[in-house]
Amino acid sequence: MIEIQDIYKSFGENEVLKGISAKFKPGKNNLIIGGSGSGKTTLLKCIVGLHEPTKGDILFDGENFTDMSFEQRVPIRTQIGMLFQNSALFDSMTVEENIMFPLNLFTEKTKEEKRERANFCLERVNLKGTNNLYPSELSGGMKKRVGIARAISMQPKYLFVDEPNSGLDPKTSILIDELINELTEEYQITTVIVTHDMNSVMGIGDNILFLHNGKKWWEGSNREIAHTDNKELNDFVFASKFMRAAKAKL
Amino acid sequence: MFHSLGKYILLLRLSFRKPEKFSVYWAEVMREMVSTGVGSLGIISIISVFIGAATTIQVAFQLSSPLVPRSIAGSIARDTNILEFSPTISSLVLAGRIGSSIASQIGTMRVTEQIDALEIMGVNAPGYLISPKIIAGVTMVPLLVIISITLGITGGYIACLLSGDVSPADYIAGVHDGFEGLTVRVALVKAVVFGFIITSICAYQGFYTSGGALEVGQSATKGVVYSCVMILFADLVITRLML
Repeated sequence: MIEIQDIYKSFGENEVLKGISAKFKPGKNNLIIGGSGSGKTTLLKCIVGLHEPTKGDILFDGENFTDMSFEQRVPIRTQIGMLFQNSALFDSMTVEENIMFPLNLFTEKTKEEKRERANFCLERVNLKGTNNLYPSELSGGMKKRVGIARAISMQPKYLFVDEPNSGLDPKTSILIDELINELTEEYQITTVIVTHDMNSVMGIGDNILFLHNGKKWWEGSNREIAHTDNKELNDFVFASKFMRAAKAKL
Repeated sequence: MFHSLGKYILLLRLSFRKPEKFSVYWAEVMREMVSTGVGSLGIISIISVFIGAATTIQVAFQLSSPLVPRSIAGSIARDTNILEFSPTISSLVLAGRIGSSIASQIGTMRVTEQIDALEIMGVNAPGYLISPKIIAGVTMVPLLVIISITLGITGGYIACLLSGDVSPADYIAGVHDGFEGLTVRVALVKAVVFGFIITSICAYQGFYTSGGALEVGQSATKGVVYSCVMILFADLVITRLML
């Protein structure tokens, strides 16, 4: 489980996060949603250690991540998988080399074992046979799936996903959501997803955190979201005619 | 300026932390050595031969007095090649070739979140990305300078053969005459320092890139310009200290 306690983050005079606390449970899709500039990506970057919070604590299974040095964080970091908005694949490496990269650095597996694991991960994301392709030869959806394969190569306990559906067609978006959902349930991963996509919110949002102006404005599940009377959340989730029509039918 | 200098020193300190796995870093060092050394061999060879030839012809032209032995052209061409042209001009060219490539490669990795991906995995990103490039720079630039010296002197010989301004025999005699090992030591010290300057400054510029494609280009330009200025400054300091 990941617990964030009273997180504040400022960039100069600009206070982006204002005292956010939450718990992210294993085996659940924990979604962070909110409008542009609400602080969701900053919160995600604070949790994974790319930004240091100005104040507050982040606990991974009870261990205070914020107090740790770079070396002390390494064992936790090897249990973290992350899918970036633009996949962030290493473009000088093939698909297989991308997936094997963390295995090369942090495991004592033989080359054959690492290749086997890479093949397993690729099979898991339905990309069997793409081992020798370079990221530039892949479509956006394939890059996301390779990103997921790389993220799960070390069998992570925590999976962080930044805007998994951005730039994807609706069908591929749903495939990516389903894949993340399956992996979360299958391996009981604590998954934290930052998203704008309302299909993801309604489809896989086990626990949803709505941020507004850097504060936690609402927390609940996708079942509860349709019945909330929180004005800012309603304005955000049901901004489109389609979503309003869908809500009316509920 | 002091803020940037502090950031640069801290980045260098991070770059030389203990590697997560030596074998992976070693493979990177080898890859960078090939890219820096073999990749630059062509341009360095062409420049060295032409500079060596031009220097010899110009020296011969300026020392046309019957009181000065013709062989002196060989001695002067040798020393200017060893002390200045091969280490300094080659390094300025290498700053353009290797430096811009380092800054843009690391800068692109920064803006496409590849460096963030490394950090999240628990990899010491400065160590993995920068230290192999610095090691390759300080080992391969001296080798390139040695090749450049050899080719520069050879270029002078070819110029003598083709132009006839100085006879090849006089030129060879001049090259042998009064040779001091110290000049080669100075050239190698310069090469090591310049290799470090090019790789570390350009890596620093790339590592702290923020924004997009435009900023990556600006980082590469800054990296090359600052490296060139620092090479010229270090050239003066080393020359003053060692000669």
